[in-house]
Parts: sequence; structure tokens; C-alpha cells
Amino acid sequence: MIFETVIGVEVHAQLRTNSKMFCGCGTTFGLSANSQTCPVCLGLPGSLPVINRTAVDMAIRAGLALNCTIATNNRFARKNYFYPDLPKGYQISQYESPICQHGWIEIRGGSGTKQIRIRRAHLEEDAGKNIHETGTSGSHVDLNRAGTPLLEIVTEPDMCSADEVVAYLRALREILMYLEVCDGNMEEGSFRCEPNLSLRPSRQKEFGTKVELKNINSFKYVKDAVEYEIKRQTKVLNEGGTIRQETRLWNIERGETAVMRSKEEAHDYRYFPDPDLVPLKLDDEWIEGFRADLPELPTVRTKRFMSDYGLPEYDATILTASKGMADYFEVCVKQFNQPKTVSNWVMGELTRELNNSRTDISASPVTSERLVSLLQMVDKGTISLKVAREIFPDLYRSGKTPEQIVQERGLTQVSDEGALAKLIEEVLNKNPAQVAQFKEGKQQVLGFLVGQVMKASGGKANPGKANDLLKKKLSI
Amino acid sequence: MSLQKLGLVELHKKFKAGEVTATEIVRSYFLRISQVEPKVKAFATQAKEAALVQAEGLDRKLKTWRKTNPLTGMPLAIKDNICTEGVLTTCSSRMLQNFVPPYDATVIAKLRAQEYILLGKTNLDEFAMGSSTENSAFGPSRNPWNLHCVPGGSSGGSAAAVAAEECVAALGSDTGGSIRQPAAFCGVVGLKPTYGRVSRYGLVAFASSLDQIGPITRDVADAAFLLQAIAGHDPMDSTSVDRSVPDYMKALQKRDLKALKIGVPVEFFTEGLDPDVEQAVRVAIGELKNLGAEIREIHLPSTGAAVAVYYVIATAEASSNLARFDGVKFGFRAKETKDLLELYMKTRQEGFGPEVKRRIMLGTYVLSAGYYDAYYGKAQAVRALVCQDFATAFKEVDLIVTPVTPTPAFRLGEKSEDPLQMYLSDIFTISANLAGLPAIALPCGFSKTGLPIGLQLIGRAFEEETMLRAARAYEQATQWHLKKPNIR
Repeated sequence: MIFETVIGVEVHAQLRTNSKMFCGCGTTFGLSANSQTCPVCLGLPGSLPVINRTAVDMAIRAGLALNCTIATNNRFARKNYFYPDLPKGYQISQYESPICQHGWIEIRGGSGTKQIRIRRAHLEEDAGKNIHETGTSGSHVDLNRAGTPLLEIVTEPDMCSADEVVAYLRALREILMYLEVCDGNMEEGSFRCEPNLSLRPSRQKEFGTKVELKNINSFKYVKDAVEYEIKRQTKVLNEGGTIRQETRLWNIERGETAVMRSKEEAHDYRYFPDPDLVPLKLDDEWIEGFRADLPELPTVRTKRFMSDYGLPEYDATILTASKGMADYFEVCVKQFNQPKTVSNWVMGELTRELNNSRTDISASPVTSERLVSLLQMVDKGTISLKVAREIFPDLYRSGKTPEQIVQERGLTQVSDEGALAKLIEEVLNKNPAQVAQFKEGKQQVLGFLVGQVMKASGGKANPGKANDLLKKKLSI
Repeated sequence: MSLQKLGLVELHKKFKAGEVTATEIVRSYFLRISQVEPKVKAFATQAKEAALVQAEGLDRKLKTWRKTNPLTGMPLAIKDNICTEGVLTTCSSRMLQNFVPPYDATVIAKLRAQEYILLGKTNLDEFAMGSSTENSAFGPSRNPWNLHCVPGGSSGGSAAAVAAEECVAALGSDTGGSIRQPAAFCGVVGLKPTYGRVSRYGLVAFASSLDQIGPITRDVADAAFLLQAIAGHDPMDSTSVDRSVPDYMKALQKRDLKALKIGVPVEFFTEGLDPDVEQAVRVAIGELKNLGAEIREIHLPSTGAAVAVYYVIATAEASSNLARFDGVKFGFRAKETKDLLELYMKTRQEGFGPEVKRRIMLGTYVLSAGYYDAYYGKAQAVRALVCQDFATAFKEVDLIVTPVTPTPAFRLGEKSEDPLQMYLSDIFTISANLAGLPAIALPCGFSKTGLPIGLQLIGRAFEEETMLRAARAYEQATQWHLKKPNIR
């Protein structure tokens, strides 16, 4: 039978606040265990939560960027369950009135663009971490992460393939990073995704039984896990079996999903409004202020890069995938108005060096000013394109300006007609056969001769000029 | 006259004038404690050593520069569910029998800033759940007026300590009457402030939307004096209200009650009300009239539902608030458990007493999927009606007067086998918690058996001044507060 896949996604995005959701503790990753805690995030008897305004503001901005309606009347709720990494025995979350609802974002796939609807996004606090020692003294709890603010973003079941899920996650992550509300670090768990997936026979209206996937911390694993799960469910259904409603973990080593818990073990979370927190009212003026201040978002910027700079869609998409790169590009273009050239350099040489040294573009040793002066030197004919490419790694690593490098290495391009004429003279004398061929009408030989001029100059001759001068000389 | 006969305001005056040292005060109180505590059992923890060291330090400091705060050197007792840094805070539960908080509750930080002296932590019903202190894991306290009777609860230890003159004043907490009911049973003054008037930060939560810390004192002036010290907005408690704190002592100065309208809710004077209590309260209402108040009959039609509403909402919140006592991070942990589930189950089985378990189960049930709307949802709706009743009444009157309890103090063991009867002893105090209103209990006479009877005044939200003024005028006119138990 032919099945159709239906996928919705839950994302937990850690908000980039300095302090936790309900107390003043810091949110730094990787500190020594329990060093970033206080009575509130330890859940000590008598302690009380206080809402972090910055986290609320970030949620509003994210909601607006996801085209959501922002709730003016917010209530926090307690989600009750027992687990050692949950110090209060409940998580403070939002239940009935999430801060963001009814939004959408656009993704691009093989067959054009598609809207993925956002059902809701709500604020909550993160749990701590259980650490299990092998062999020795058992389990420990680190509550450094407990209380870190999260925005949980839930879609409608609008995706139908692993590629769409990845496209959605990439688009969402880009938006959150553009807004600077999430650092998007999947390995450290700042951007965690849980797809839920079901199959149904084509043309059936009712959804099939849904399975939730967890423990996926890279886009590659998202694709692998979803594709595995589609295959698994298809096989089960084709063999006449039924899908059980359950949560499955992605096992990286084995490349398969395995049951974590079934629906029967699911909790009754006994949500109820948290009486420790008064309703949070947001006035429209406040919300509209954020709307007015929203930065240009990736999809809009991509389109603008295509129309304003005449870039191909491929270039525009890559350049706008991160706010830092797009900003870098635009600063360069302002001073050097050859967008496609800048694009080639940013996507090519610069990205290669950044990737090799695992550096973010915001910390690039080749600043936009330096890249621009390099490109201007090529444009003015001071150096050849070839030389520019050759010295780029040195420019990246040495911390020197392009001018310094060119001067130190004596790489200034030879454009002086007298000097070039001398070189040409030598080349023509050494290659009488080719000269004769050219004069017989073999135009291709010109390329060879230009090459010889370049060689003779140690690569420094201005090839355009050399070409022109050669032609002149030969046509006499 | 021995030192412990003085109330808080008087002792403060004497201390400020340099007529008595902090060391003398502390020594005098611990002498008194050593005499009566074996009978009254008001304290869970005594802090004699620390109190003496602190008193000596204060005296040394004051010798060179005599500058005092209102509470400098004042010997107070604190209910054992209010966190005191470095001092055991057990909530009278096995679960927290070894729990020493690493931080002070906001009210304690305020008292400490004023250089108060902590005499000890007082007994309560486990986690403030009860009306007699019989639910304490460490044994009940006794009523100083009759040692066979309960002191009330849950702040029974605080009320008994004040009545027995084991401290000059105390702090309690009130979720459904836990300050006012024991104050009435012990013949002292107990004030529950408006919800949000006093910070709850550091009060081990029973029911967050109802809990409020307040003073238990010898008289109304002392209550005003102590409230002054603890009231005010706290950025650590989102439910505390950012409103300026009036001068409560100043409010006491006006002695007559002219132009004050006081309502008598007919729903509070029905079956189950002890005739001695009714008699005393009726006479007290007459006295309020003599003082110039206009007395009006009013209606609070939802009163009959208050106890039911309360036991749904309070237990629901409690079931969640007490989830943190799981044996993982602090407090009691059961031994020899084979896995996580057993650790949770055994810890909570062994750590909690029966009443706490009953309320956790009840609260868990009313929040469960499928029952939420019928219980918790409905209770919230009725709570809104209770609030509405008061809002309507307070358009007509400035204060409401009622009995504090249906009966005077009952005997130990009399109701401990019948939770419902026990719950009904809070029937007159619960409404003020549901509506978040300030209320005060003060002595208004005695039963034929010689037990104190309490009068309750309920005020508009954040109008503690009006309530205190009327209570003080009544107290001055009747002098019931001067009667002291003879502890035998």
C-alpha cells in the first residue's frame, strides 16, 4: 500500500538570556556541577520564582518573526512529574495560554516554497541533568541548567518528508539566530528537536498513530531518524501490524530508533496555573514596539539579495543563512559595488578559511575592510586575481593588511606598458614559430603567448594589458 | 513586675530607654521557657546559645552608641515553617527533621536587619496542615489555659508561646485560619494580613494562593507594631504587592469608631456555633456599637461552600508544592531502596504523616485528567463567588465582624480521628483566605469552662489600618487581653 507521511515538530530553543527564567543565576554552559544554582533553581523549600523579563521579550520577538499572535494575557502553569533532574517536582511552563499562537514560516524545498504552520510557542524552564557514573558511585544530579529559559515551538502536522523537516528546522534556527534569541547550538542542546511522525494510506483523512522521536542533535540525524522511522512504520503496516503510540530514541551507533516509553506509561501532568506567579499582562504598545524593531528575516533578505544585487538564488540563500554572513556581505558591497564578485569571495575563499579554523564570521580576521581593499587591488589592476587568491590564506592567518602582504612579497602587478613591452619582445623572440602561426590566422596562439608573458613576469603581469599589447604588436 | 509581663511595644520602650539589657531580656525569657515549656511544648527548636551570644553582642554595641530599631533586642518565636538561615526549619515533619536552610525568609531578613532575637522555632501541624498541632511529627503543643486542650493550629506553637509568655511575640502563617484560630484558642491576638502585604519568600509553601505570614501577639498594638516590621513589597515574591506600607501605629490612635459601618454576616451565626461563643461575640458586637460603630446585618451567601472550595484549592496546590520532598536533594531520604521509584515511594511514605498524605492524595485527585473541571475548575469558580460576596458587602460596610471559631479549644484527641470535624473548625476563617482579605482575631471573653473566645474582624484588602483601629478600640474598652492563663 502507498502511505503518506505526516510530520509535526517540537523544538526546544534555549533563549540567550544572561540569567535563568525565574531566578538571577547565570546560564553559562559547561561550568562545574551545581555551581550555577540558588535556592530558587534548586527548588529549596520556601523559594519562589520571579519571571525574567528579557526571556519574555525574546519570546515576543520570536513569536512576531514566526508570524504568531502574541497573547496579551499570559499565565504560567505547573507541569507536575517526578524526576531527579526536576528539583521542584514540577516544571513551570505555559499550558492554556501560550505566549505565541497561530503563526507560520516559509520553507523552500524541491518543489518551491511551502508554509509550515506554527501551532504555538510557549515559555518554560529547562530541567537539570542526571549524570550516571559507570560502575562506581551511581547517579548524580547537576542543576546548573535547571531553570534556563526555553521557548518550545510546536508546528501543525504540515511536513511530509525528512527533507521538509530539515528545511523547517534550518529555517527556524536561522530565524532564531537572526533575532539573537538563541545561539542555535545543537550539540550543546540549545536547539533541540523532536519530530512526531505518523503514516496514513494515501487519500485517508484520519491521521495514523503518532510516534515521537527524541535524542536527535544534528540535522543529519534528523534526516536519518525520520527516514528510518518512515521505513520502519511502512514495513510494520505493510506486514499487517499496527503502530503503537510511543516515544522512540534515535540510536546513533545503530542507526535506528528504539522505544523509550509507550503511551500507557505517559504521565498525567496535572497542569494547573502556578499560584506563585501572577498573570503576566503584555500591552499592545509593548508588542508593537518589538514588531517595529524586528530585523529583516532570512527569507525576505534572500529575496532582496536576488532583486537588489542581482545574485542567483543559490548565492542569496547561502549568504543569508546566517545574519553575520549577510551583514558582512552587505558591508562589503557598500564599499565595493560588485555584488557577484563579493559573493564569490565570501562563499569561496572566506568560508573555506572560516570553516577550516572553526571561526564565526563575526570574528573573521579578514574584516570586511580588508576583503574590500583586496578586491579593489584586483579591480584597479594592482594585483592579479590569481595573486589575490594565492595570498588569501596568508591574509587570513597573518593578521596583515593586503597592502602589506603585496608590498612585502613584491606582488604588485606589472601594468606599465614599457615594462610589459620589454617582456613581450622577449617572448616573441623566443617563439618565432607561434608568431608565424598567428600571422597565418591562428588566433588561438594568442592565449599561449599571453601565458608565456605571464610566466616570464612571475605571474605579475596584468593579463588584460599583456593581451592588448601583444595583439597590437602582432598586428603591425 | 517581671520582664515577660511586658508586651512588645512596652518592652521596646523600656529597652530603648536603656532600662533593661538584651541579655536580661533573653535570660528572663529562657528562665520562663524552662519553667513552662515542659508543660506547653510550644517550641520545636530553642536557640538559647545563639540568642545569648547575640544579646551580649547587642549590649556591647549599644553601650558605645545607643541606636535602636523597633525590634532591636526583642525576643521573638518563629513558626517552624519559615526559613531561618543556619537554624533548623522542620515544618514539624520527619521529612525536614534535619533541614537547615541556607537562606533567610524575607520576613526573617527584615527582622534580622532590625536586630531581633530569635528565641526558637515553634511547633505546628506538619507543613501547616491541621487545626490543633496534633499533626506535628514531634508531638502536640498544649493550650496554656488548659493543658488537656489543643492550642489550635496550625500555628499552635506560636500562639501557645505568646499566651504562656515564652516570647514577647511570634510569627505564624495562615492558610485557612492558622494564625487566627490558635490565637483565639489561646486568648491572644492573631493577624492575617491582606494576601500580598507580606512576602512569602522563605515560607515553606502549603497553598501558595492562600498562605500569608502574620503576627501573633499579646495585644492589638503589638500586632500593628510587628506587622509594620514585616509588611512591604518583595521583588523575590511576585505575589507580594508593590504598595506603600502605612503607619499602623498611627492608625491606632483614633479611639472611637464613629462613622464606621460594621457588617454582621447572618451566615456565620447558624447551627454548630457554640452558645458561649455566640453569646460572647454578640456582646462584643454590642460593645462595637457602644464605641460608635454602625452595625448592619449583611449576607455572604457563598459562605456555606467555603470549606469545600478551600479543601479543593489548598490540597491541589499542596500536592504540587510538596512534590519537591522526594529524597533527592534535601531532607529525609528512605534507606535501602532498590531503584528510583522505590526511593520516591518509601521516602514519601516514611517522611510524611497521615494528614499530609491525605491532602496530597486529595489534591492529586482533584487535578487529575478527567476530574480537573469538576473539582479544581469548579472550586476556582466558586472562589470567585466568595470574593464577589465580599466585594458586594464592602460596598455597604467598612468591616465585617464574626466569631473566629465555632467552639472554644477542644481537647487533645477529640477530633483527631475525624478529619472532617477538624476541617470545620476553620469554617469562619477560611473565607478571608479565599478572598485574600486581612483579618484579625482578638480575645472577646471566655467560655463557661474558662477557655478564651475570639472575635474576628475582616477588612477590605490593604485596609489593615481600619481593622487595627477598630480592634484596638475594642481591646481598650474591654481589656480581655489582660487576662492571663495560670499554667498548671
